[in-house]
Amino acid sequence: MAKTQITLTINGQQVEALVEPRTLLIHFLREQQLLTGAHIGCETTHCGACTVDMNGKSVKSCTVLAVQADGSDVTTIEGMAAPDGTLHALQEGFSEMHGLQCGFCTPGMIMRAHRLLQENPNPSDAEIRMGISGNICRCTGYQNIVKAIRYAAEKMNAATKEAAE
Amino acid sequence: MIPGSFSYHSPATVEEAVGLLAELGDDARPLAGGHSLLPMMKLRLAPLEHLVDLRKIDALKGIKDEGGTLVIGAMTTQAELLASDVIAGQCPIIQETAALIADPQVRYVGTLGGNVANGDPANDMPGLMQCLDASYQLTGKGGSREVKARDFYEGAFFTALQEGEILTAVKVPVPPAGHGYAYEKLKRKIGDYATAAAAVVLTLAGGSCKSASIALTNVGETPLYAAEASAALVGSSLDKAAVDQAVSLAGAITAPASAGRGPTHYRTKMAGVMLRRAIQRAHERAAG
Ligand SMILES: Cc1cc2nc3c(=O)[nH]c(=O)nc-3n(C[C@H](O)[C@H](O)[C@H](O)COP(=O)(O)OP(=O)(O)OC[C@H]3O[C@@H](n4cnc5c(N)ncnc54)[C@H](O)[C@@H]3O)c2cc1C
Ligand code: FES
Ligand code: FES
Repeated sequence: MAKTQITLTINGQQVEALVEPRTLLIHFLREQQLLTGAHIGCETTHCGACTVDMNGKSVKSCTVLAVQADGSDVTTIEGMAAPDGTLHALQEGFSEMHGLQCGFCTPGMIMRAHRLLQENPNPSDAEIRMGISGNICRCTGYQNIVKAIRYAAEKMNAATKEAAE
Repeated sequence: MIPGSFSYHSPATVEEAVGLLAELGDDARPLAGGHSLLPMMKLRLAPLEHLVDLRKIDALKGIKDEGGTLVIGAMTTQAELLASDVIAGQCPIIQETAALIADPQVRYVGTLGGNVANGDPANDMPGLMQCLDASYQLTGKGGSREVKARDFYEGAFFTALQEGEILTAVKVPVPPAGHGYAYEKLKRKIGDYATAAAAVVLTLAGGSCKSASIALTNVGETPLYAAEASAALVGSSLDKAAVDQAVSLAGAITAPASAGRGPTHYRTKMAGVMLRRAIQRAHERAAG
């Protein structure tokens, strides 16, 4: 099958590539771009381990074609820490609050939480739980994930407030 | 798990899209959010030669209030419905329903047009559109036509949509100010399709029910508009006898499959429970 040319931005860098139309975004990211942070869990749009940010939306990249991402702006977990390695507030939160055990769900959880906090910088615990309802964790029981997201929200809000002053 | 090979097209206009569909024939399919189609293709249940992606067609986007009718572009996502002030103000049951579909990630990409065109009886929007007496605008190479949601569904995955046509917009008559509404859905977990669900819109006048519309989701081969059950409420004070009568008439038209979500008699019973709750909440809202 003829390949299609796509151009997109991944973690701030412009990427051009040839893909088969049937290539899923998750496979394109992991196998062609060697960005293996986003995980493949269920492959059936249920677990959220493959979640990345695309044009300001959290998407399950196992259910998006790479050709559908043509022209888009994609952020993966690899794009979250600062270039000097300083962890993003969410990464710090998951570490501080023990928001992970095996870590399999974590890249998807963090990318989903990232978009949630962009849309709702001060969510209640109930809103956090609804916000991550498309992401499954088999280890933590979610309590510490909720705490980690709240930690990040507080830290990010404090930073915004400081910047405003 | 990846789909079989296909070729990909991304036209920029409706004319181009219907031209492509006509040219490519029955091995071609429109692609909207892809959150029903791609899972099927990954399971190799829908072998297709060509996908015609509708995402670049601006004419299929947006929500307009055309004086008494909401015209919602087919490519409007569930998340966009949830964020729309027009929908919140004019027809909030659409938001109540959208919020019960799948999970946040799916709602960012899944479209209203894809949800209603899919033909899966498990989809939530078709029943709601029947309840609201919405119409679908269908466009093919030969022109456009409108089909009522109540006439659109013929069987599981069989609809009035003809080969080569795309659904361009959903037209929803705005329910009267002060109407009561509720969508009640029983599901096993977040992200699950309905075991049974009921949509109710009603109006009151002087304490009695002036108009009522009821539709059911996922308890038959198609969504079910419950005309007789709706009529049973009109003129009543929505007292127990009238509600019992509506529940019994609605139950009589259901024929859910015995499957993972429970045996037939259970799902029919749950459709009744959802209907009873929806009538009660709609009544409270209309009275409130
Ligand atoms: C985990 C999960 C849970 C879900 N839970 C629910 C749920 O609870 N309730 C629910 O209602 N849905 C649910 N869905 C389905 C989801 O809402 C889909 O997004 C929706 O059914 C299809 O919309 P789409 O835009 O993704 O369409 P697509 O998947 O792109 O298309 C679906 C079908 O419609 C056709 N089509 C699409 N747009 C048009 C058009 N404009 N004109 C003509 N034909 C068109 C396509 O050719 C295809 O046959 C779930 C999906 C997932 C993955
Ligand atoms: S791998 Fe994509 S949702 Fe599970
Ligand atoms: S930490 Fe193991 S799945 Fe979430």
